[in-house]
Amino acid sequence: MTSPAIFAPRSGVLARAADWAIRHPRMFVFLMVLPIVLWLGIVYIGALIALLMQSFFSIDEFSGVVQHEFTLKTYAELLRPSNFAIIARTVAMAAAVTLASAVLAFPMAYFAARYARGKWKALFYIGVMLPLWSSYLVKVYAWKLVLAKEGILTWIFAQLHLSWLLDAVLAIPVVGGNSLSVSYLGTFIVFVYIWLPYMIIPVQAALERVPAPLLEAASDLGATPKQSFRMVLLPLALPGIVAGSIFTFSLTLGDYIIPQIVGSGRLFIGQAVYTQQGTAGNIPLAAAFTVVPIVIMGVYLWGARKMGAFDAL
Amino acid sequence: MTDAVSFRGVSRHFGSVRAVDAVDFDIRDGEFFAMLGPSGSGKTTCLRLIAGFEQPTAGHIEIYGTRAEGVPPYRRNVNTVFQNYALFPHMNVRENVAFGLRVKGVGKAERTRAAEEALALVELAGYGDRRAGALSGGQRQRVALARALVNKPKVLLLDEPLGALDLKLREQMQEELRRLQRALGLTFVFVTHDQEEALSMADRVAVFADGKMQQVGTPEEIYRRPSSRFVADFVGSSNVVPADFAGAGQPGEWASLRPEDIRLDADGREATVLTRAYHGRVVKLGLDLGGQALTALVAPGDTLPEPGARTRIAWDAAKVHVMGAGA
Amino acid sequence: MHSDTKAPLALKLSAIGGLIFLLAPIALIFLYAFTTEEKSYQFPPPGLTLKWIGVTMGRDDVWQALGLSLKVAAIATVLAMVLGTLTAAAVARSRFFGREAISLLVILPIALPGIITGISLRSAFALLDIPFSTWTIVLGHTTFCIVVVYNNAVARFRRTSGSLIDAAMDLGADGVQTFRLVILPNIGTALMAGGMLAFALSFDEVIVTTFTAGNQSTLPIWMLEELVRPRQRPVTNVVAMAVVLVTVLPILAAYYLTRDGAETAGSEK
Repeated sequence: MTSPAIFAPRSGVLARAADWAIRHPRMFVFLMVLPIVLWLGIVYIGALIALLMQSFFSIDEFSGVVQHEFTLKTYAELLRPSNFAIIARTVAMAAAVTLASAVLAFPMAYFAARYARGKWKALFYIGVMLPLWSSYLVKVYAWKLVLAKEGILTWIFAQLHLSWLLDAVLAIPVVGGNSLSVSYLGTFIVFVYIWLPYMIIPVQAALERVPAPLLEAASDLGATPKQSFRMVLLPLALPGIVAGSIFTFSLTLGDYIIPQIVGSGRLFIGQAVYTQQGTAGNIPLAAAFTVVPIVIMGVYLWGARKMGAFDAL
Repeated sequence: MTDAVSFRGVSRHFGSVRAVDAVDFDIRDGEFFAMLGPSGSGKTTCLRLIAGFEQPTAGHIEIYGTRAEGVPPYRRNVNTVFQNYALFPHMNVRENVAFGLRVKGVGKAERTRAAEEALALVELAGYGDRRAGALSGGQRQRVALARALVNKPKVLLLDEPLGALDLKLREQMQEELRRLQRALGLTFVFVTHDQEEALSMADRVAVFADGKMQQVGTPEEIYRRPSSRFVADFVGSSNVVPADFAGAGQPGEWASLRPEDIRLDADGREATVLTRAYHGRVVKLGLDLGGQALTALVAPGDTLPEPGARTRIAWDAAKVHVMGAGA
Repeated sequence: MHSDTKAPLALKLSAIGGLIFLLAPIALIFLYAFTTEEKSYQFPPPGLTLKWIGVTMGRDDVWQALGLSLKVAAIATVLAMVLGTLTAAAVARSRFFGREAISLLVILPIALPGIITGISLRSAFALLDIPFSTWTIVLGHTTFCIVVVYNNAVARFRRTSGSLIDAAMDLGADGVQTFRLVILPNIGTALMAGGMLAFALSFDEVIVTTFTAGNQSTLPIWMLEELVRPRQRPVTNVVAMAVVLVTVLPILAAYYLTRDGAETAGSEK
């Protein structure tokens, strides 16, 4: 036994750097997170804060010049009926889209988690991932094709001799319109379509974690299928639904392209931000508008965290 | 002869948690040393301090006389067999075993030869091309052993290496580890929470609790002369009674009396049988002797008293171990 | 959770209905790329033709937009992979002050509506007098691409048992050797998958891009302009089909990569 108990340090810059890293684990971790802290913590958060600060400035109505003085005037403007209607409309749409997504996603996620196997499982996975990762604009465009007055949906209704039903739906005040592609209903359908995969994935993940014997136990204890759904399955899937709703709600709140392409022409928050910062040149009002979804999402995320939704992400 | 490993006042604190607190001990060259304790007692942290995965917050560690604080694991001529084996899933068995030689720059032909030799040593010759995932638990254990031994380390560390094996396999591996250790003459340091394993395999045992070393000694010393109530109870089970009650030591001191040292004796003191449980080779009696609860292990027989009956018991004063007043 | 019993028919039908709802509109894109109808979205198409594919291939503006999109996506993906992997390694492997804050920070750019990321970057560029360029687009894209790389990498780091790294060092591998011989082979497929998804995400992004692009056009910006003010619908149809094809391939590849990874990781348990 002549070999040493401790070998000599290796030479070379990299080897010495590695030695140093082992001896200073805290510094090493610090160096690893430094780039992300600089990028997101300083550049991104810095930009967010700079934007938020602008919402406390105001614009001179005559010259159109931003006045760099602290004021709450811009926030007061948000409460003007025309602006407040934009906020209410967007939040109502986000809520409706979230609810519809949850209702549509549950059976799909449940089927995929509980019954799908082998080929079906792969088909479901790809069936959800494909629309999720396909081009957002292409998907919106596809729906413009589907919903157009001369498009496939009108044709299907005509083939089934149900044109009267479509006309009746379009005749409903507020949600209806000249055709689906220029109605709230159309906007709603496209929103649900685009964000649905974001709901399916976390719900499925939550359901995958429910052990099958748990449901057997529930029925063994005398629960009807309805009761075991309400008392066992739903509570266990809830964190997944909440996690999914973070996406559906937040994405709907901030989107400005879907209502612009498929919709009635009435503005949503995203469009208001876009026009205020662009053509209107009113950065303070645009910034104040962005604060609305930030605050809503802040409250939402805080609540979701309490419900344990982050574990389901 | 220099000791293999020396701990001098070694502490490892994680924030306010004192995982290891001011520990001193020496591991002799070529001995089979067991570190025994319940989970969270600091035994695994001690092992990781020797391997270099942890650095001491205070004190110093010597490996064969060389100071080891601040030395990273890969510069220590010490190898570990991990609790979950930690075999590399992307390599086959031979590549796993040859890994240590590969990173030290040993040529391919030489390291393949050495790997095959090490595999033969653990009776896995011919398994080189298999994936680690395709092996049974016992085989993985042997691969992990070969992977460490191929480097000819000065000290081999084993972290609960038998914990995941079933009883039969475990007994077989215990013997095999002893055989390997004697054949190679290496220093083995073994962490376990299983007192029987520690007693049967080790030359010396260190008992840990709450980050402190409670006692170190040969298995017989630990068993016969436990230094504290904790050691008496953790290593085997024991009746910890006032020393004067047991007929030894001074009033105020405590003593340990092993259940198997109590015998039924017509000339003994009268006790009441509270419980009786048949364990195969022995029968366990729960007794009440003048208000003192005692457990006794006696040979099975036709004449054993029923629960509720009175009987007479006795023990040799020489078997009573006085631990002192502080225990 | 898995059951061997058959699914109730109603559940099966609604699940399949959901799949059709998700996939049929995308299939429609392929049909319209070959329609002879130029002025409307008429269904069924009056006739089919390959003519518009040729026309689209000859369009310079489409090629330029495609080139810019590929360039931005490539750079943003590389940056996101470096940043995301480093962060994932730190978060998964050690506990440190602010660890929770960092995992939240990474999610923030996708948790907040894209328009907020877009407009705050735009106003920051304006405040700092940074002119719009390819790099301002890259900066925006990297910000929200980090999270997909991070998510893939952090999941794999957590599954890759920490004792593997200990084992490598114990056997004499220094930090560099451990990374090359043990860490990289174990997280490689997850990194590739994360990178591909980041690439697809960047290639497709429009909301942040409208705020950070100035007057350059990525392919999504080109499409958006066509959607808002249609100039030549058949060309848009063909581009839409091409975009579906370009994004689908990396997704399928990423699926196969992570699927294999999950299997090898599972067999180690």
